[in-house]
Amino acid sequence: MIHEFSLKGISMIRTYAPLLFFTTLVLCSGCGPSQTGGQSAETKEGAYITIKGSDTLVHLVTAWAEAYMEAHPGVEISVTGGGSGTGIAALLNGTTDICAASREMSQDEKTQAAGKGLQVQEQTVARDAIVVVVHPDNPVNALTLEQLAKIFEGAYVKWSDVGGGEDDIIVLSRESSSGTYAFFQEHVLKKQDYSPKARLMPATSAIVQAVAQDANAIGYVGLGYAAEAKGTVKAVGVKVDASALAVQPSEATVRDASYSVARALYFYVPAQATEAVKAFVQFCQGETGQQIVEENGFVPVQ
Amino acid sequence: MRLLFAAASSVSILVVALIFVFLFKEGFPFVREPGLGALFGQRWVPVSFQKVQFGILPLILGSGLVTVLATALALPFGVGGAVYIAEIAGVREREILKPFIEFLAAIPSVVLGFFGLVVLAPAVKAVFGLSTGLNALSGALLLALMAIPTIVSISEDAIRSVPQSYREASLALGATAVETTWRVTVPAALSGIVAAAMLGMGRVVGETMAVLMVTGNAPILTLSPFESVRTMTATIAAEMGEVTYGSTHYQALFWVGIVLLLFTFLLNLVSHWVLGTQRKA
Repeated sequence: MIHEFSLKGISMIRTYAPLLFFTTLVLCSGCGPSQTGGQSAETKEGAYITIKGSDTLVHLVTAWAEAYMEAHPGVEISVTGGGSGTGIAALLNGTTDICAASREMSQDEKTQAAGKGLQVQEQTVARDAIVVVVHPDNPVNALTLEQLAKIFEGAYVKWSDVGGGEDDIIVLSRESSSGTYAFFQEHVLKKQDYSPKARLMPATSAIVQAVAQDANAIGYVGLGYAAEAKGTVKAVGVKVDASALAVQPSEATVRDASYSVARALYFYVPAQATEAVKAFVQFCQGETGQQIVEENGFVPVQ
Repeated sequence: MRLLFAAASSVSILVVALIFVFLFKEGFPFVREPGLGALFGQRWVPVSFQKVQFGILPLILGSGLVTVLATALALPFGVGGAVYIAEIAGVREREILKPFIEFLAAIPSVVLGFFGLVVLAPAVKAVFGLSTGLNALSGALLLALMAIPTIVSISEDAIRSVPQSYREASLALGATAVETTWRVTVPAALSGIVAAAMLGMGRVVGETMAVLMVTGNAPILTLSPFESVRTMTATIAAEMGEVTYGSTHYQALFWVGIVLLLFTFLLNLVSHWVLGTQRKA
């Protein structure tokens, strides 16, 4: 009980910063059935679904929820962010119906779920690429995966190491709690530690802000955010190795797998979930749902 | 009836005790595995494929650096402002100044943090010719803004409660108005001013959101105001939401909380002690 209390308090603080910037975190549109007549009949049709998890996914899930509630007036969906780990913890504690995650469940978390007798199903609902961004005035246009790793590990400290000016590189990362942090560490840094001098920013929007203000900064954000921030920051092309061509992150390059820093985004749902929950997940993976994925700057699942 | 009020007044004692118990209960398994020694390391790397490290020295130093800087920045403005409002300003000036200074305290810290990220950090960068403005100094400047209203408000009350007869006596002995203010009134109000500074520091140590946004949060061991720092509060706020329950990382965060609590506890103790010795003198 006390555990859960502290979780809510802290995750509130965590979601507070993104909340300020995006305003849409909790979504509870008043379209439930009117309670005036035939309540027993109404409640059968009405359902309340809660979704919690990744900040990367919060925009997209909110858009899905809005579209779904419009089509199904009996259903109410509440969406909150807080991070993939928060979502998974909530799923294990039974305080959310669906967990939205930007990373796979860890072995630890799977063991915990098994310990609680919970069968959790993994559903891929969209794809996302991580875009490396720099200030628009930065002359560097493309980096190899190795150069990126060396920059974020702290081995390269000056832009001249990668063909830029003489200034120091200011490395910006997400907080260690972020799914994006873990993904980038695993796939770009090849599991090495980030440089201790890397500045850890509390939200994606804070990275975009800082990079837009600072000609020497480099950071990483999700594809959806990069599309939104076009003009204020510049996306860097990524080369698999020194001889390869630089690939700009885009929907097409993620889809044909030529852009290398891409990942899947998941819904985690208990096997014993209600029909209403399952119907919503199917909607997200369906044609309309995947169209919404595209509209929000992510890449549909093939 | 008496019992009821006694109960009401002891609730806070109970709450403090419960919080202590809870913190130690959650943090305790850390003592056995990996052992308290792990907290004295020099690096905080809670998520790693290589080797996790839970050295809280950089965090303590980060909190300390930001707090000391912020207090040093806030004190001259706070006490100077209080003296002006209490001793020099006319009634109308006071009526304008005081509400505005108090309004500064009412600005939510996230909003200040946002201001810091967009306005203050680039300004610090430009003024000091740094490569980035996300550093301890930016954090301290923001925190000073938050501490100033507390310091002004409490110092001003203290200065105003110095008996009028002290000032009259001083003036009658031929001291000028300036001498009276600095040699008689302010020293007489010193205990209140020290308490004000301590309360301001308390606010600064515990502040989370604003520092989370502008200090860059890199856990480096440094005493330079131009380096990025990671404070204890920012660490807890940023990491607690994601951590797996009962993991070593989770317990380490509780130890950070315990250290933070000891920090503020000591601060309170010192301010009580200062107030006590002042009263005797």
